Amino acid sequence: MQTDSLVTIRDLHFAHDNRSIFSGVNIDIERGKITAIMGPSGTGKTTLLRLIGAQIQPDKGEVIVNGQNVHQINRRELYHARRDMGMLFQNAALFTNISVFENVAFPIREHTNLPESLIRKLVLIKLEAVGLRGSANLMPSELSGGMQRRVALARAIALDPALIMYDEPFAGQDPISMGVLVKLIKTLNEVLGMTSVVVSHDVPETASIADYVYLIAEGKVVAQGKPAELLTSSSPHVKQFMQGLPDGVVPFHYPAKDYIEDLFDV
Amino acid sequence: MFERVRELGRSGIDVCSEMGRAGIFLIRMIFRRPRLIKVFPLVVEQLYAIGVLSLIIMVVSALFIGMVTALQGYHTLSKFGADTQLGQLVALSLTRELGPVVAGLLFAGRAGSALTAEIGLMKTTEQLSSMEMMGIDPLWRVIYPRFWAGVISLPVLSLIFTAVGIYGGYVVAVKWLGIDAGTFWSNMSASVDFHLDVLSGIIKSIVFAVVVTWIAVYEGYTTEPTAEGISLSTTRTVVYSSLAVLGLDFMLTTIMLGGW
Repeated sequence: MQTDSLVTIRDLHFAHDNRSIFSGVNIDIERGKITAIMGPSGTGKTTLLRLIGAQIQPDKGEVIVNGQNVHQINRRELYHARRDMGMLFQNAALFTNISVFENVAFPIREHTNLPESLIRKLVLIKLEAVGLRGSANLMPSELSGGMQRRVALARAIALDPALIMYDEPFAGQDPISMGVLVKLIKTLNEVLGMTSVVVSHDVPETASIADYVYLIAEGKVVAQGKPAELLTSSSPHVKQFMQGLPDGVVPFHYPAKDYIEDLFDV
Repeated sequence: MFERVRELGRSGIDVCSEMGRAGIFLIRMIFRRPRLIKVFPLVVEQLYAIGVLSLIIMVVSALFIGMVTALQGYHTLSKFGADTQLGQLVALSLTRELGPVVAGLLFAGRAGSALTAEIGLMKTTEQLSSMEMMGIDPLWRVIYPRFWAGVISLPVLSLIFTAVGIYGGYVVAVKWLGIDAGTFWSNMSASVDFHLDVLSGIIKSIVFAVVVTWIAVYEGYTTEPTAEGISLSTTRTVVYSSLAVLGLDFMLTTIMLGGW
């Protein structure tokens, strides 16, 4: 168990529509490090981020962020605690009716009373960090998917949160955008010391930047360790996922009755 | 058999709990006290989107409704030689019934559906979630200004609707059917009572405004975040709002005319 954790998840149980998503998950996210949560699609990785952000309630267990159990504090305290969390959503989730500049300025305007000249400087600094200062006056619809994700990243770090969560940051990106995002996540973590949680199923990209990896499958943490350890692991679960084997512990076929029986059964 | 009874019971409980949730939602909207300095510009922005942009459809519809009421009224009244009472007929039908009700129905179709679709799409594209994660409550930032803008807009639009409708009636009655303008206006002002007619129309439109906007924002906020979900919610907004307007109109009229 790690000692200096920003996020501690203990015995987390969560079910949706009577389908169990997590059954006893324990995770520690170390301060100032990049922690990757990996696992096949549909294992509830995004749900885990929503549980950390307390957007949904667990059935059992606790999530402690910065010393606070986020599921037991009141609404006001929760909204206050969230100012210290940033989240990059899978589809960027930019506000489509306002410009790139206004999107990044949005959390600053809502949470502070800074003068306009200072807001402008802050926004331009954040946009420069993601390489999109030149696009400040464009509308989100004028940007490519990768650029939108970078603007969303600039918005997520606008208030310099202690924790930033990336939901599938590499999904559906071309190799160049992917490279840019990998570099950005690493740089932001090193330069700003932000604790980062990367949820992803892109093994090489995630393994290249993560300090510690948790592999989730069937509602549990099936493996954890440094990326190099997992890449050389002999556990069948880990091996199948890390090497992308089509069949193995996670079967290729969805559970069904016998094939021949099904074909000739009228 | 038992399964059917159980299903019936379950759907009953579902309906009750949904009503309860919607009720709590409404109470939170009404009794919330946000910082006025931040919320005022947001309400003004929504007043434009919801109120001002609905103005054209209201004015055009009101004109036609006023004109057709005058035509129909003249046709019937003239049989009894009472065509001088046309001003009274047009004004009473508009202030008491047609103004608030038709404006409410048009508002549900024009602004209510737009509200549901907009909020629903914001939810589907995770804009509301991202706001929550920024520590900004979407109920306050997105829903609250839209709710109040709707509640303020519809009564004003109803009044405009009634006024324009009466003008439409005047154009047909005086300019076309040849009724004396003095008779038209003086009969109207003699028979329309401020409390009984104008005020009751305003009260109706306030009630419709709260109900229609409440349904619209609630449906948007609780939509299933899929394309079908938005389509269903938008449809529900228009259907529920229209039925609510017509049903409540009957109840309010009964109360106002002293039937209860």
